[in-house]
Amino acid sequence: MLKIKNLKCCYGNIAVVHTVSLSVRQGELISIIGANGAGKSTLLGAVCGLLKNWSGEIEFKGRSLKGMSAPAIVSQGISMVPEGRQIFSPLSVMDNLKMGAYTRFRKEGKTRVAQDLDRVVQMFPILRERSDQLAGTLSGGEQQMLAIGRALMARPALLVLDEPSMGLAPKIVGMIFETIQTLRDTGVTILLVEQNARAALKIADRGYVLETGKMVLQGSADELLVDDDVKRAYLGKDYGDFLDGRNQ
Amino acid sequence: MMTDKNKTIWIEYLVFLCVVSAFGLITENTYYLQIMTFIGINTLLALGLNMLMGYTGQVSLGHAAFYGIGAYTTAILSGTYAINPWLALVCAVAAAVLIAFIVGLPTLRLSGYYLAMGTLGFGMIVNIVIREWGDVTGGASGFVGIPVLEAGSLVFMSGASYYFLVWGIVFAAIIICRRLLASRTGRALRAIHDGENAAVAIGINTHALKLEIFMFSAALGAVAGFLYAHFVLFISPESFGFMFSIKIVTMVVIGGMASVWGALLGAAVLTLLPEVLHGFAEYEMIVFGTVLMVVMIFMPQGLTRGIMDIIRTARRARA
Repeated sequence: MLKIKNLKCCYGNIAVVHTVSLSVRQGELISIIGANGAGKSTLLGAVCGLLKNWSGEIEFKGRSLKGMSAPAIVSQGISMVPEGRQIFSPLSVMDNLKMGAYTRFRKEGKTRVAQDLDRVVQMFPILRERSDQLAGTLSGGEQQMLAIGRALMARPALLVLDEPSMGLAPKIVGMIFETIQTLRDTGVTILLVEQNARAALKIADRGYVLETGKMVLQGSADELLVDDDVKRAYLGKDYGDFLDGRNQ
Repeated sequence: MMTDKNKTIWIEYLVFLCVVSAFGLITENTYYLQIMTFIGINTLLALGLNMLMGYTGQVSLGHAAFYGIGAYTTAILSGTYAINPWLALVCAVAAAVLIAFIVGLPTLRLSGYYLAMGTLGFGMIVNIVIREWGDVTGGASGFVGIPVLEAGSLVFMSGASYYFLVWGIVFAAIIICRRLLASRTGRALRAIHDGENAAVAIGINTHALKLEIFMFSAALGAVAGFLYAHFVLFISPESFGFMFSIKIVTMVVIGGMASVWGALLGAAVLTLLPEVLHGFAEYEMIVFGTVLMVVMIFMPQGLTRGIMDIIRTARRARA
């Protein structure tokens, strides 16, 4: 569904991501893992049209996203849950969710949006309880659910999540990842970017490892979980754990 | 929940209409009516800027320019060329909107201080054009010979008739702003204020929306300028200068950002205060400045929010 070929992203003259290629097929859950500054968020920025300065190819459902503005990309069916949630804190929870359907109101009318609103609050009952509360007063986990709910309101074909575990307690992270899995089971294609490599790979079908702007590894999630390089770099094991060097 | 909200809105409108009509019908002193009329005109300006600054978070330091464009367009068309003033109103609004579009297209790509600087420059240019284009605008000595507004047998001269005209338009503007803010567009505006990146990410074309609201606030400014010109019948460039832009910003801030009633309250305070303070003679500006400082220190969120907080704490203390 999403194809990226030879992507290069620059801030000014500095290339942050070079020659990255990846693909996401319909119904898949893909995880991109990598350390701080590896270029994960930059990559997503390019996909969602927030970052203009890139070369290479990004194709979504067979159409190139080159030169397309962020709102146009949302209309194409890509919806993002931004890093650090970025909910609209002075707006009520309900208004935040309605904002997610911003591009759809004119095309599809109120009733369909209202149906989706129902679906989202069924998935996250806590949002119904808090619907009139200001979004800024929610807890971190609730805000993350709101951010996911808001993105779902756009009825995305591809849901892009940027570090949904950031700043959350482990128990809440577990809940968020369960939700992501449930979403995949209902047919949403998901592209997940995470530092929390183990959790991200556990629920993914396939994974990519990004390091200083380059794609260094890719494979099925199960393979990556047991890969020694991944273990060393991202799963908290160091060389001391590998007595006989790289055991392949 | 929704009906409760609707009910309070209707009560607010009703109170507003009662107070405005009661004042207009009872007061016979033309001086008071005149002050109230100015409050109405300034409310329109503050409402427009509040949409841009209070809700969308885009600071404009050149709002008086649209006020001036509105006033001078109608003055020139109806005064020099004897065009029907109501037609001139349409032209004035169209001119302001068009200029807002042209100016906004590049400047609204800026944000924060840079946007403030950009609009500041624009305001100064407009003021200089008015001042120097003497053949058309009357230059620094002002424009004389603006006709009085008429509608059928009704003549809007100073006094109660003009008062009701202005406040009728203010009421309509308040309703329009309210409706706009309660809509999807209103939510999008507040979303831009809170986080422009997140707003883009959910598919809001922020640049287009900022431009639209800039044009809307320019239109309100032009209407205010129109009303001002046909009220005082003599206009000069000083009324539309940089200081007045700052004054409109102050109205919005003092009244309370992101509040429709705040715009009204801020306009009222900043129009009334100089009149009330005349008694202080040479100390007037010092007292004026002090009042503004005290309000900002004790009610940093503006008068509306500040007064509401005081009422709430008083209620809680009683309970």
